[in-house]
Amino acid sequence: AAGMFLRLLADVRWRAADPRWRSAARCHRSTSAAAEAHPVPLPAQAQVVICGGGIMGTSVAYHLSKLGWKDIVLLEQGRLAAGTTRFCAGIVSMARHTSLELKMADYSNKLYQQLEQETGIQTGYTKTGSISLAQTQDRLISLKRIASSLNVMGIPCEIITPKQVAQLHPLINIHDLVGAMYLPEDALVLSASVSLALATAASRNGVQIHERTSVSHISVQKGRVTAVETDRGQIKCQYFVNCAGQWAYELGHSGEEPVNIPLHACEHFYLLTHPLKEPLASNVPTVVDPDGRIYIRNWQGGILSGGFEKNPKPLFTEGRNQLEIHNLQEDWDHFEPLLSALLRRMPDVEALQIMQLVNCPESFTPDMRCIMGESPTVRGYFVLAGMNSAGISYGGGAGKYLAEWMVNGYPSENVWPLDLKRFGTLQSSRTFLRHRVMEVMPLMCDLKVPRWDFQTGRQLRTSPLYDRLDAQGARWMEKHGFERVKYFVPPGSDLLDLDQRKTFYKPDWFDIVGAEVKCCKEAVCVIDMSSFTKFEISSTGDQALESLQYLFSNDLDVPVGHVVHTGMLNEKGGYENDCSIARLSKRSFFMISPTDQQVHCWAWLKNRLPEDSNLVMEDVTWKYTALNLIGPRAVDVLSELSYAPMTPEHFPSLFCKEMSVGYANGIRVMSITHTGEPGFMLYIPIEYALHVYNEVMNMGQKYGIRNAGYYALRSLRIEKFFAFWGQDLDAFTTPMECGREFQVKLEKGMDFVGQEALLEQKQNGVYKRFTMFILEDHDTDMDLWPWWGEPIFRNGRYVGKTTSSAYSYTLERHVCLGFVHHFDEKTGEELVVTTDFINQGEYEIDIAGQRFQAKAKLYPFSSLFAQRRRKDEEELSGYQRE
Amino acid sequence: FYLTPPQVNSILKANEYSFKVPEFDGKNVSSVLGFDSNQLPANAPIEDRRSAATCLQTRGMLLGVFDGHAGCACAQAVSERLFYYIAVSLLPHETLLEIENAVESGRALLPILQWHKHPNDYFSKEASKLYFNSLRTYWQELIDLNSGETTDVKEALINAFKRLDNDISLEAQVGDPNSFLNYLVLRVAFSGATACVAHVDGVDLHVANTGDSRAMLGVQEEDGSWSAVSLSYDHNAQNEREVERVKTEHPKSEEKSLVKQDRLLGLLMPFRAFGDVKFKWSIELQKRVVESGPDQLNENEYTKFIPPNYHTPPYLTAEPEVIHHRLRPQDKFLVLATDGLWETMHRQDVVRIVGEYLTGVHHQQPIAVGGYKVTLGQMHGLLTERRARISSVFEDQNAATHLIRHAVGNNEFGAVDHERLSKMLSLPEELARMYRDDITIIVVQFNSHVISAY
Repeated sequence: AAGMFLRLLADVRWRAADPRWRSAARCHRSTSAAAEAHPVPLPAQAQVVICGGGIMGTSVAYHLSKLGWKDIVLLEQGRLAAGTTRFCAGIVSMARHTSLELKMADYSNKLYQQLEQETGIQTGYTKTGSISLAQTQDRLISLKRIASSLNVMGIPCEIITPKQVAQLHPLINIHDLVGAMYLPEDALVLSASVSLALATAASRNGVQIHERTSVSHISVQKGRVTAVETDRGQIKCQYFVNCAGQWAYELGHSGEEPVNIPLHACEHFYLLTHPLKEPLASNVPTVVDPDGRIYIRNWQGGILSGGFEKNPKPLFTEGRNQLEIHNLQEDWDHFEPLLSALLRRMPDVEALQIMQLVNCPESFTPDMRCIMGESPTVRGYFVLAGMNSAGISYGGGAGKYLAEWMVNGYPSENVWPLDLKRFGTLQSSRTFLRHRVMEVMPLMCDLKVPRWDFQTGRQLRTSPLYDRLDAQGARWMEKHGFERVKYFVPPGSDLLDLDQRKTFYKPDWFDIVGAEVKCCKEAVCVIDMSSFTKFEISSTGDQALESLQYLFSNDLDVPVGHVVHTGMLNEKGGYENDCSIARLSKRSFFMISPTDQQVHCWAWLKNRLPEDSNLVMEDVTWKYTALNLIGPRAVDVLSELSYAPMTPEHFPSLFCKEMSVGYANGIRVMSITHTGEPGFMLYIPIEYALHVYNEVMNMGQKYGIRNAGYYALRSLRIEKFFAFWGQDLDAFTTPMECGREFQVKLEKGMDFVGQEALLEQKQNGVYKRFTMFILEDHDTDMDLWPWWGEPIFRNGRYVGKTTSSAYSYTLERHVCLGFVHHFDEKTGEELVVTTDFINQGEYEIDIAGQRFQAKAKLYPFSSLFAQRRRKDEEELSGYQRE
Repeated sequence: FYLTPPQVNSILKANEYSFKVPEFDGKNVSSVLGFDSNQLPANAPIEDRRSAATCLQTRGMLLGVFDGHAGCACAQAVSERLFYYIAVSLLPHETLLEIENAVESGRALLPILQWHKHPNDYFSKEASKLYFNSLRTYWQELIDLNSGETTDVKEALINAFKRLDNDISLEAQVGDPNSFLNYLVLRVAFSGATACVAHVDGVDLHVANTGDSRAMLGVQEEDGSWSAVSLSYDHNAQNEREVERVKTEHPKSEEKSLVKQDRLLGLLMPFRAFGDVKFKWSIELQKRVVESGPDQLNENEYTKFIPPNYHTPPYLTAEPEVIHHRLRPQDKFLVLATDGLWETMHRQDVVRIVGEYLTGVHHQQPIAVGGYKVTLGQMHGLLTERRARISSVFEDQNAATHLIRHAVGNNEFGAVDHERLSKMLSLPEELARMYRDDITIIVVQFNSHVISAY
């Protein structure tokens, strides 16, 4: 096995301009004992220590040094680019599902292209292009969605016919294809050389590189990184970057203060052959056949082909095992389905002689997205790992973002989908990771349809009502480990069918959710929303109020019993979190945030609240079960259960009161529903959950109460133009840009984070505007459904992308929410977006290449709803008389 | 005309049975995890029988396969009765007294055996009274003989075998006023059956064998491979010791006629068996019983036929050879099977197939390309073939069924060939016996955790 790679590495010129690195490198290759005895000593301190000399570590070092940080040490336990980086297939592809990943891949491609010129090191960069094949119509839809995204970013991309595929590649069997996507800009590189080139450039910029140096653990004091301990001594440092690839998890757990980096390695196989009789041209496109689970690229005139099998082999679950690493063997029986797929796709390669089956472990993460960012528990501890087998494609872009993050405090893009803080300790169990990655790796090739859910690692966090709801037909999805109801299948429906159908079109649950929405509109529904993150912040004096006033944009100095919707903004005025805060007493606050904010929000507040033992913040998420009573009759149910008047006169909107419900006392009732519909949120101490739920359901019977799930909630909030953090709102969106100026009190008498940025926006206007689109000529039954990420066109020009969408059962139309930008027609420069600009355009939404007319709105249709409701109420009362 | 795979499976699985030793507090404290059994007929009706039971008044589990010849009557009777004889032989004096007192005073009997039966494994109701009386006579004698010594398992097994065979013989001589029963006991006595019975109690495994069925122990070596250890001797012409035994029991003048064409007196394949009174009774006794017997017996050419060179009966015995084996952690399972299996498969293959099935690991040597010149096409062909071999493992939920599938369907490469399997199973009744014999298999799985704790 080693032979081939020695050859591969021999292509690399080991000549670096920087003498420090050269001497380190030389002494390791030398057989001379004398040289071995005197490696270059480690520095006693540095600003940054990076662990890992693969593509990630070298890319971070390269970008940090480009941004002007020089005092950097990169440590590699073996040799540079010797791990997964050396073995990986070297494909740089921009065929990515999310625009963030797409941007990273695009940047990487451009970076690698000029790297040889910059460093003088041959990187083997060859622009071959790539063809992604579709064997089914659904796959073609999936490719068309990617193509739409690529096109608006200016990346060349074409949907082509099977015949065109045959013209692009001499060996492909096209008989079972329905189409394909061609990306002419995709490339191949020698991944190890790219990594070495990045290292060389970094080294020239002053980065010190030390091979054969193992990091044992990180020293932490007062929640900050202070030093890195290695087998060759200690280096004091301010920042540590964990780029240890598949060992990142273990390294994270090696210190006293564990850093959870949820990733797990799986074996990954690819095949190398001897050249064809007529060797393949070096620019023949790379072929990706996701339905066959394989990729095929040119390799020295022969082919390199690997894939993502259905039954992956996770490894190193019990931690690092030297014996196993050296014994990673070819497993032909395991590779058989992929070989079959290869021979079906390219029957002519049957006669090719096998050179080797390479076993190259890859690390995968619980949600198929890579992991970057700062640890929520240890400041200065950064991570970049878990590339889900796309390390080369993401390497450049990911390294750039992380370097920006460290130098500027935040990257130039919203990277929340990749942020380490989206995970908590709950995703760090080895069993969980092992099970989940066995699902994730096959997903690399599986069709990604709207609203799919992971099947493994489930039922970890559940509401006390889980069994009750499950017995009533609940179908579940998972968020941050918490089981949440999607919808309730009525008795007698074909359950199996509902769960297994995958479609880009109208889903089977359409009528089920429609009925739930109708009930929310006309009677009352219960939705278990216990997953929401809940904090209590209290103090002995005014510290809590003062701190929160500074950290939140709305005015929290409200009378006790009031609920305030407010953003938790960053310096640029962007939403770090969007929450509802109830003032429980003069000195204590109850804060409700989205489910996946549990780690991020905690870390954000912890890092910013003053160190004061009289100011206490507690995560009480687990203490309360939350029931959302939505609908016009919620008032009646609750007042009957509590013998307290609940009408708006007594219990106005945005109000919070502890009261008794049934026998249970101390239930926090809030007059909010997160949907714009009338109703209440009940925060119930968990031991009362079942009692209160039973009481509500019994009492609600005469008002037509029923269970509902998050799909109904989603439809309700989107038709009411409610933005949700994590879907519509992110760290790059300000309240001004999403019509929430009313939730900002610029003159609340004290400064708050983001105030300056908002003031400036208020004066100068915004550069993007959150807008609601109603699809006009869209046939719900026949047309593809929008999801999110669809390009928006104004007067035929691209202006932005959607962030979420839902079918509005009230409007009987699809509603998409998204951001409209104003790009200058000539320069492409971003201009201020005015209300007129929004209102005076003709809009289209592009769903997988097909454009649908849309009407843009900046405000919801409140009047329409009011009318409808009155009419429906009559109908309902008529129904009840029967 | 071929059978579809589901049709093949329904034939193969028609008689399969599995028993798992129940757990207490989530722990199985028995050295036996459970067993799988199955049988595939070639004769119509099948002449093989199987039995499995747990001894309730002593410890241990009994499992046995019985291969009948000249009809199934004897095998049926032995499969119903033998374990009672063994259980009674093992009972301590006090328990025997207790049982006898209960019968005497008309009280409920202590249950002696808990049977683990497939629904097709029947007991003949008509004969139960008769069988019970014979058994009672046996335990009454045991009570009278009370030696005060603890019962040795080996001795108990030998006594039980001999006693049952003796009772079969006596019942036929005495006859029964009920004509159905009278005919039944004669059919039992004039047909024959071999028996291979295992008694497992903790780490003590006894195998008592009479005839040519076999007990084979599956041993897993340290490297994970499987080897077979025989726990029985075949009683047939291939066993020189057995031929020698027969010869010493008869005058030198008969030496040449005793074993002809590998058969006892040129007629019988097994050299030991239950029933078969034609090889045990004197000519006078045979003639008397046949003549006074019912017409069906009298008109039967087989029963009237006296073996040639029949001078010094008995030529046949039911006395078993008993082998004791102390179970070790590497002893993973025991295969009890009638000769229908052993004549189609080598014991080493039997043990390997069961071992791989039970461990769920198919120990194929991994393929390595190494320095060889292999094309993708060649590799693909090789892998597909290996895959087919593995996939047959997953069709069966029963180790015995899995063995039968291999025994009947194996091609020259040792892989199950569906075409062959389909042909063998769709043979017409009259032809089936020419291509294969009845096959009966019990695979007992041992509990290595319990065994290693002894």
